[in-house]
Amino acid sequence: MRKDNPFKEHLDTSVEQISEWKKQNQSYVLGYLCSYVPEEIIHAAGVLPYRIFGDSSCATRADQHLQAYSCSLVKNSLGAALEGKLDFLDGAVFPHTCDTIQRLSDIWRLNAGMNFHFDVVHPVKLTTEGSRTYMQGVLERFRAELGSAVGKEITDAMLSESIKHYNKLRGMLFELYQIRRDNPHLLSSEDIYYALRAAVTMDRTHFVQLLEKFNAELQREASACSSSSNESTEVIITGGICDHPNLYEIIETQGAHVVWDDLCAGYRFFTGRLDENLPPMEAITNRYFERMECPAKHRGTESRFNNLKDLVDKHHASGVIILQLKFCDPHSFDYPYLKEYLDNENIPSILLELEDADQNLGPVRTRLETFIEMINGY
Amino acid sequence: MSEQENKKDPEKEAKKIKTVKQMKEIMTEYYMTAKNASLNNKKVAWITSGGPVEPLIAMDVVPVYPENHGAMIGASKMGVDLCNKAEDMGFSRDLCSYARSDIGAAVTNGGPIGGLPEPDFLVCCNNICGTVMKWYEVQARYYNVPLFILDTPFIHREMSEEAKRYVIGQMEDYISFLEKVCEKSMDEERMNEVAQRSLEAQKLWQKVLDTTMNKPAPITAFDAFFHLALIVTLRGTQQAVDYYQNLLDEMNERVNNGISMVPNEQYRLLWDNLPVWYRTKWFSDKFASHGASLVADTYTAAWSGVFHLIDENNFLESAALAYSSVYLNVSIDKMVENFRHLARKYDVDGIVMHSNRSCKPYSLGQYDLSRIITSELNLPVLIFEADMVDERNFSEGQVENRIDAFMEILKERAT
Repeated sequence: MRKDNPFKEHLDTSVEQISEWKKQNQSYVLGYLCSYVPEEIIHAAGVLPYRIFGDSSCATRADQHLQAYSCSLVKNSLGAALEGKLDFLDGAVFPHTCDTIQRLSDIWRLNAGMNFHFDVVHPVKLTTEGSRTYMQGVLERFRAELGSAVGKEITDAMLSESIKHYNKLRGMLFELYQIRRDNPHLLSSEDIYYALRAAVTMDRTHFVQLLEKFNAELQREASACSSSSNESTEVIITGGICDHPNLYEIIETQGAHVVWDDLCAGYRFFTGRLDENLPPMEAITNRYFERMECPAKHRGTESRFNNLKDLVDKHHASGVIILQLKFCDPHSFDYPYLKEYLDNENIPSILLELEDADQNLGPVRTRLETFIEMINGY
Repeated sequence: MSEQENKKDPEKEAKKIKTVKQMKEIMTEYYMTAKNASLNNKKVAWITSGGPVEPLIAMDVVPVYPENHGAMIGASKMGVDLCNKAEDMGFSRDLCSYARSDIGAAVTNGGPIGGLPEPDFLVCCNNICGTVMKWYEVQARYYNVPLFILDTPFIHREMSEEAKRYVIGQMEDYISFLEKVCEKSMDEERMNEVAQRSLEAQKLWQKVLDTTMNKPAPITAFDAFFHLALIVTLRGTQQAVDYYQNLLDEMNERVNNGISMVPNEQYRLLWDNLPVWYRTKWFSDKFASHGASLVADTYTAAWSGVFHLIDENNFLESAALAYSSVYLNVSIDKMVENFRHLARKYDVDGIVMHSNRSCKPYSLGQYDLSRIITSELNLPVLIFEADMVDERNFSEGQVENRIDAFMEILKERAT
């Protein structure tokens, strides 16, 4: 990882920073777990959206509420809330995602003791105009509920400002991904991991300033050494979240690097430009409706696989690492076909089933070694 | 055969439900018809148990229920082999065992009826879980057939106006989809007849379940699990109406004759979640040995729990709202209301919850439900871990100990 990475320190100090932010801005912080949360609307209200990754040391606190067959993301998040580690949150926003998060919303509302609780019951089916109309209705309702909760009307003008801000922020993350893709020697995926974590937790205006500077420095270095002969094996990661910065280190010490990803807390979170010429709520709806979907959504039976194939082609990846969180039903259901699909396309892939951030990655290291050797032999 | 084996216990004979035989005949005939559908130029649709089947019946399509199939696989103890098959294909062992065993049966033509008849199209309503959508995507690819999804937004508090418009619009899409795949238009008169019969069957089913308000109860939830098959599979047909009328008559006769399913019924319990299909008899005997009768359950009532929302004269629209409001599509708070209602109605002494690894929407939240019920309704709650089809997730010794300990608590409370 780069020494000048400005984002890692924000991960370590985020609680203090957020408390400070609240004091300065006299506003609220809302937690969430899924990239279908309309951050644009929250930001427009002057509220800070905070993505929860949970804390595995608190998982047992959730045992009184969640069975052992709940995924670690859900257990660690509820555990952190019950342990008081998320006391800086004023509430939480639950978009309709999977069966587990659907129930977590109720359990959270009944036990976490937060002032605000919002359910954003998005459509699951993303194939009809009726679904799009419904999604816009859901987002309008959230806008109204949030506005009345924080005591201010969220106007179109505020939303338009927020849209501009998010286009900039997401555009810059896209640029950062491109820099990594083309110059893997300049920054590691761990650098990106911390940037992404900061992108969904810290004050967004400050984040944009930091990333702007960071990107500029990277671009300067990239143009200084124009002949970057890249011998490294390029892979794509697909899945939900990757809360294992060590995994990147393992990949990179094997002479490979992540060239792109299809992760909820990665590319899927920032892909999709908001149309600044449309009425703001329409633009926001269109982005969430059309953005690369997660497996808990339905856009036909082939869409997700074709999307991944497009990413592999576009970024010239030679293999795919499939990350699966234990007990994640939507991803697990897609896996057999995903494997078959990639096999038919002659794209090597490997499945890694992971649980906690604290998991011992020893066996994963061995398997990845073999996988990367295998790709290089292709 | 020796005389000893041949002699029937008159007390046991009196307890037997005569309609059971009729059910077996109807189900055999139903699966024969379904398997021969293509010979008779009929289309076969696979549909989720919570989906609106009435338009299919009105369009003369043979509806087939993979979940009912899953229950049969579980009851015939063939679940582990078929689940193993799906796991060999790459499906995680943590996934729903209905889905795994159905997928396993599809590729092997295995299971108690040699696999389901191949579908011409699929209808999936996600009012029971998100799992069905992923499962039906798998089968839509496997059979290469059209998939219609009826997306019923989850109700955390109240059903919103936009959600109502959304599901009503989809009901119209559903009819258009059927007209297209069946290449004929919907006969509205026929649709109304089917709707009316569906409603009638649901009302009769509820009346059957209500006979357990009598003390002692003439049947238990374990019997209801069995007799449920037609309300899932054939609601909307005259056959289902006739069947439940017969069953109701028989139940009323039992009540009049004072026949109880559990001898010396001393404790009345409420069951939550799907049955443990491969062990229904074991559970039934186990509770009966303690004088406990499972007089009601949240599961079988789900097929009649929303009929008050259905308007016979405006079926499609009202059914869209009713199907969205089913038990599994609502929040824990609303589930508590249901427990309160059932506990009072059937006058129960305790609650038995099956924490079912296969069904997250049903099971997650049970710990909170249990605490609320204990404090608000002052009822003891037993939660045990198992799975509806996959026997590998059932530990007899553990469950038995828990039941015994729970019954001790009930006995102490009674004294």
